[in-house]
Amino acid sequence: MSNWTEVVALQEIPNMGSRIVDTGKTEIAVFRTSDDQVFAIRNACPHKGGPLSDGIVHGNTVTCPLHNWKIDLASGEALGPDEGCSNVFPAKVENGQVFVDFLMA
Amino acid sequence: MKEKLVLIGNGMAGVRTLEELFKHDEGAGSDLYDITVIGAEPHPNYNRIMLSPVLASEKTIDDIILNTVEWYTENNIELITGDAVTEINRVNQVVNTEAGRQVAYDRLLIATGSTPFIIPVPGAEKEGVIGFRDIYDVDTMLEAAHTYKKAVVIGGGLLGLEAANGLMKQGMDVTVVHLLDSLMERQLDKTASQMLKLSLEQKGLNFMMEAQTAEITGDKRVSGVKFADGWEVEADLVVMAMGIRPNMSLAEAAGIYCERGIVVNDTMQTYDPKIYAVGECVQHRNECYGLVAPLFEQAKVAANHLAKLGSTRYQGSMTSTKLKVTGIDLFSAGDFNEAEGDEALVLQDPSQGVYKKLVIRDDKIKGAVLYGDTMDGTWYFQLMRDEASIADFRNTIMFGQHDLGDAGHGDASAVMALPDSAEICGCNGVSKGDIVNAIVKVGLFTLEEVQAHTKASSSCGSCTGLVESILASTVGDGYDATPNKKPVCACTDYSHDEVIDAIKTHELKSMPAVREFLEWKTPDGCAACRPALNYYLLARWPEEYSDDAQSRFINERAHGNIQKDGTYSVVPRMFGGLVKPNELRAIADVCDKYDVPEMKVTGGQRIDLFGVKKEDLPPMWKDLSAAGFVSGHAYGKAMRTVKTCAGKTWCRFGTQNSTGLGVKLEELTWGSWMPHKFKLAVSGCPRNCAEATIKDFGVVCVDSGYELVIGGNGGIKVRVTDQLTKVETEAEVLEYCGAFCQMYREEAHYLERTAPWVERVGLSSIRERLLDDEKQRKELYQRFKLSQKYAQIDPWKARAEGEAAHEFTPLKLQVETGSEALLEVS
Ligand code: SRM
Ligand SMILES: Cc1cc2nc3c(=O)[nH]c(=O)nc-3n(C[C@H](O)[C@H](O)[C@H](O)COP(=O)(O)OP(=O)(O)OC[C@H]3O[C@@H](n4cnc5c(N)ncnc54)[C@H](O)[C@@H]3O)c2cc1C
Ligand code: SF4
Ligand code: FES
Repeated sequence: MSNWTEVVALQEIPNMGSRIVDTGKTEIAVFRTSDDQVFAIRNACPHKGGPLSDGIVHGNTVTCPLHNWKIDLASGEALGPDEGCSNVFPAKVENGQVFVDFLMA
Repeated sequence: MKEKLVLIGNGMAGVRTLEELFKHDEGAGSDLYDITVIGAEPHPNYNRIMLSPVLASEKTIDDIILNTVEWYTENNIELITGDAVTEINRVNQVVNTEAGRQVAYDRLLIATGSTPFIIPVPGAEKEGVIGFRDIYDVDTMLEAAHTYKKAVVIGGGLLGLEAANGLMKQGMDVTVVHLLDSLMERQLDKTASQMLKLSLEQKGLNFMMEAQTAEITGDKRVSGVKFADGWEVEADLVVMAMGIRPNMSLAEAAGIYCERGIVVNDTMQTYDPKIYAVGECVQHRNECYGLVAPLFEQAKVAANHLAKLGSTRYQGSMTSTKLKVTGIDLFSAGDFNEAEGDEALVLQDPSQGVYKKLVIRDDKIKGAVLYGDTMDGTWYFQLMRDEASIADFRNTIMFGQHDLGDAGHGDASAVMALPDSAEICGCNGVSKGDIVNAIVKVGLFTLEEVQAHTKASSSCGSCTGLVESILASTVGDGYDATPNKKPVCACTDYSHDEVIDAIKTHELKSMPAVREFLEWKTPDGCAACRPALNYYLLARWPEEYSDDAQSRFINERAHGNIQKDGTYSVVPRMFGGLVKPNELRAIADVCDKYDVPEMKVTGGQRIDLFGVKKEDLPPMWKDLSAAGFVSGHAYGKAMRTVKTCAGKTWCRFGTQNSTGLGVKLEELTWGSWMPHKFKLAVSGCPRNCAEATIKDFGVVCVDSGYELVIGGNGGIKVRVTDQLTKVETEAEVLEYCGAFCQMYREEAHYLERTAPWVERVGLSSIRERLLDDEKQRKELYQRFKLSQKYAQIDPWKARAEGEAAHEFTPLKLQVETGSEALLEVS
């Protein structure tokens, strides 16, 4: 069962950028790629918890601002020689609005 | 249907080409091709270079396997070993093998390497006479060493000496026979060659110089070697190491054009465009190479074409050599024997066993021979390849890079003496053992690969010299110190200079335009090239280009320094380090209002407010702005601070108004984006309390005017400035400063500070253009001022007024999230 929550208009997220969703308990970063896909991922790098939302987005990847780990937005996994994973949540765009399923992680 | 790619020759160059090809693809193996590899040897690809250490029992065969059989499977490669291709049928596009296989191809890659040259003397076919080329040869030699005593190595070149050294280590009594009167004559001059012979003799090798082999004697097995002058030596094993011949018979028989090797063009294609060739079997622009560094460059280009990108060309390589005999340090590159009109710089210290010679032509290095102390080989070689002018440091060049104040430089033998636990990279906590392990286990050859796999030297870079030394001594010559031209990043094959030039000459004014024109390999670029492109475009087209926030590192996007906990620091600009009571009060009030946990006076004479929450930044900036502050840019690749001292107004020694001049300089330069950070200082007298002589641009006031100094750095590698000139008025200081800034902004590579930039382009070139050419100086200054019109807009005020609000405003949502436990995993 999915629990889609409407989060923000796609236009409100910068292209190749992100917005933070603060749920009170945790921060989730919602990313928009250059081809308008969206991804939701816990805003904490698997390395040392760096805020992924502040990283540079390229392709479906974000480079963490603290020590340059590259994280795959779809899987939450660190790429290349680094190892680690952050939780991801299903996300989609419908009628220009971004929806995230915060229950499925 | 995928096309079929067949590789003949399962060796170093061929397999490297496949690895490079896979880099262009996403998943395992290739999306474009079904690949078959056919190799005559019964082994997977191994590191041929390391056969010498294997022979000397310093390594085992297992240590030197580069690609395991699993690697081939994982990459969907059909691997055929122990079977040689006997014919290429170009009409039907199939190859036939010794074992009777027939394999069809759409594209063929020939990488058959070379074969040892066996001198055609009577008896050369006897048992116990071999070359030194592959695992089989090494096994044969090791076996012989168990049973027999006397070995003769014919050939006193690199390969011969390494073979001789190995056999001696196995307990054999070894004589090296050489046709000429000096060893390694292709790499060494007479002096170095003499020194080498002496130390090898001390190690226990025997030599017969100027000896021409006439016959191999013996029955079935060799028993001796006879020379032209009638002499004879006993031998149970003869290793022929007279040189190698490109292995081109297969190609030749198929009618592919060959000369000394298989002739290829700059895209590594033979005369049959379906057939590529790389490695030692190839002849490119009249050169055949016998070292891996150039072959790996060829592999890159061939892969680029096989991947149908077609954006690179191989233009030949310059090579350097080292001898892999433990305890002997030897380096050689280029033309080491001076020709008419050349000069030779020589440093010789017989008691230390050190000899260094550089051959210089027109103030450029043409060749180098180092014996006993090869620490600076990499540096000389780089200067040689860059064709850099050494005019500015010619008088100290023989003492090495160390003498230029390069603290990040590593002494190779000191590095080898370090224990495995020694920390090499202080930033990432990487030990020597970690690095050596990664090099050996993963099979790394370049600095970039070591950086990616171990993170060593990937942060501040001060340990780069050490890492390079470890690489050099672990992989030997296979390590390609500095590629001729470094691409900006993996997204492109173009260098910084080529990108800067293309932006200018082809009037490229947006990032997509640059990436399209230069055929970027990734649609969006990456975290390395995007900030660089953004800077180059901004610097070149200040009036037209609009900054791309998403291509800036977070510090520059959020206009504060990100801290380890994700909060930010705020450094308000205080021009020249001066501050008024009401300004201090405003700063204090802001700290109270926003609960700033810590304040600190910085090394740049400003005040830093630490631990500010991202959301609090805009309102805090609003308050600071109301008190008259603008951003201090302590976070940017930008003009940072102008440090000043008390100066004439107060100090009993002051000669000029250093604080006032500092304020003027900061007013001129603040807000400017630079290739890297840029710092200034003004000292009121030569006591230099503002430390102007370690700044990017410094002013030291004297009675009669102002000394201007450039290219200093107080950071990772301390570098004292070079004297630019002396001027008489403040107006001139401003003009020279602006012009210098602009020249640096237009020419330096992104993330290259003035210190390395000045060393790269040469002080004399900067002087010529700033001092002797008044018109150029004035134009540079004008361009700087034009760009400042667009740069001096306070980013803090703009954001306090609502610009980029999304950056600072989280979306608060009342939502249920998945299980708590899950969210806490880290
Ligand atoms: C705040 C300050 C330390 C202090 O409290 O004194 C500081 C703090 C940082 N410095 Fe620095 N540097 C500070 C003065 C210096 C100085 C001294 C000076 O400016 O006179 C130096 C040596 C002088 C020089 O640059 O030549 C200095 C050499 C460095 C370097 C090495 C640069 C180099 O080219 O070798 C780095 C690393 C880099 O830039 O890549 C660095 C990087 C950093 C960073 C930005 C590290 C980072 O990327 O996060 C630090 C940010 C701390 C933070 O979270 O706020 N900092 N740093 C100083 C701010 C000056 C200011 O008022 O703007
Ligand atoms: C002992 C030794 C020490 C060396 N030391 C250094 C050093 O320190 N630094 C350095 O840079 N270089 C060194 N080299 C040179 C370096 O190893 C070579 O330049 C490199 O291996 C050449 O790569 P390649 O792919 O062209 O040829 P190879 O690695 O020789 O690969 C060619 C392969 O093709 C196979 N083959 C040939 N014909 C056929 C056929 N018809 N069918 C199927 N397979 C075929 C061969 O069996 C071989 O396996 C050294 C070489 C040796 C032998
Ligand atoms: S402030 Fe500078 S010296 Fe201090 S830890 Fe940070 S980067 Fe290193
Ligand atoms: S916290 Fe992300 S790379 Fe270190």
